[in-house]
Amino acid sequence: MLTPLTVALAVAALALAAWCGWAAYRDQPTKDWHFAGMAVVFALTVVQLVVGIVQLARGEHPDDGTVIFVSYLLGVFACIPVVGLLSLTERTRWGSLTVVAGAVVLAVLQVRLYDIWGGGSGA
Amino acid sequence: MAPDHSEGAVRAEHGTTAESTDAPRPRRRLASGPGRLLVTLYGIFTVGAASRSLVQVTTRFDEAPLAYVLSAVAALVYAFITVSLVRGGEGARRAALVCCCVELLGVLAVGTWTLVEPDAFPDATVWSDYGMGYLFIPVLLPLTGLWWLRREHA
Repeated sequence: MLTPLTVALAVAALALAAWCGWAAYRDQPTKDWHFAGMAVVFALTVVQLVVGIVQLARGEHPDDGTVIFVSYLLGVFACIPVVGLLSLTERTRWGSLTVVAGAVVLAVLQVRLYDIWGGGSGA
Repeated sequence: MAPDHSEGAVRAEHGTTAESTDAPRPRRRLASGPGRLLVTLYGIFTVGAASRSLVQVTTRFDEAPLAYVLSAVAALVYAFITVSLVRGGEGARRAALVCCCVELLGVLAVGTWTLVEPDAFPDATVWSDYGMGYLFIPVLLPLTGLWWLRREHA
């Protein structure tokens, strides 16, 4: 797995979580700029999905198995769109907190992805 | 969902001031306001526990049958609560209330069981060690759920 990308994605997700957490703290819903931030993180997850699939196609194998690796990749990919939509239909601070939850989960999934791939030894 | 935005906003303000004297509503909306966050977390745990147990039961059930069956049970409970919260209404609220109790008892029982008799669990479940591997969210989630569902009874 491409370790710099994994780290970048985890950091970006945590930054997004902090940002939306700040909005929730100030009793605000997610706004256009938050969605721009979500778009950036989502773009990174798309890149990660493509990179992951390309690496599998080139014959590299994650330590914990291909099925688990791919399901985690898909989970990462789904995180932001799901919480983005949820926060679109919940125009309160709770919508912002929902994005925080999704972004934190995304960061945790990055750690798991790193482990599943084999601690970067295969990269 | 669209027409109820203002209601959600009103309820959210109640949440911030810790008030529990909401006026009665025609149909209980369990998935708006704080419920939106709750339903998201339950959804995440449903997907997590279900996919985890699916992989474990189908690929290596013999290694730790007890742990994998318990993971599957946890997934079912999470799924049921998620659906109840999304559907809303008094019946769903009561059903979810019962399930949250089951969930809490499950976490406490399995958590204690894994500590007392670790040999029975060669592999971890979602509820092992009171959900420590999941930042103790498995314990906090049913407590929050019970609080939310009881508050909505007002």
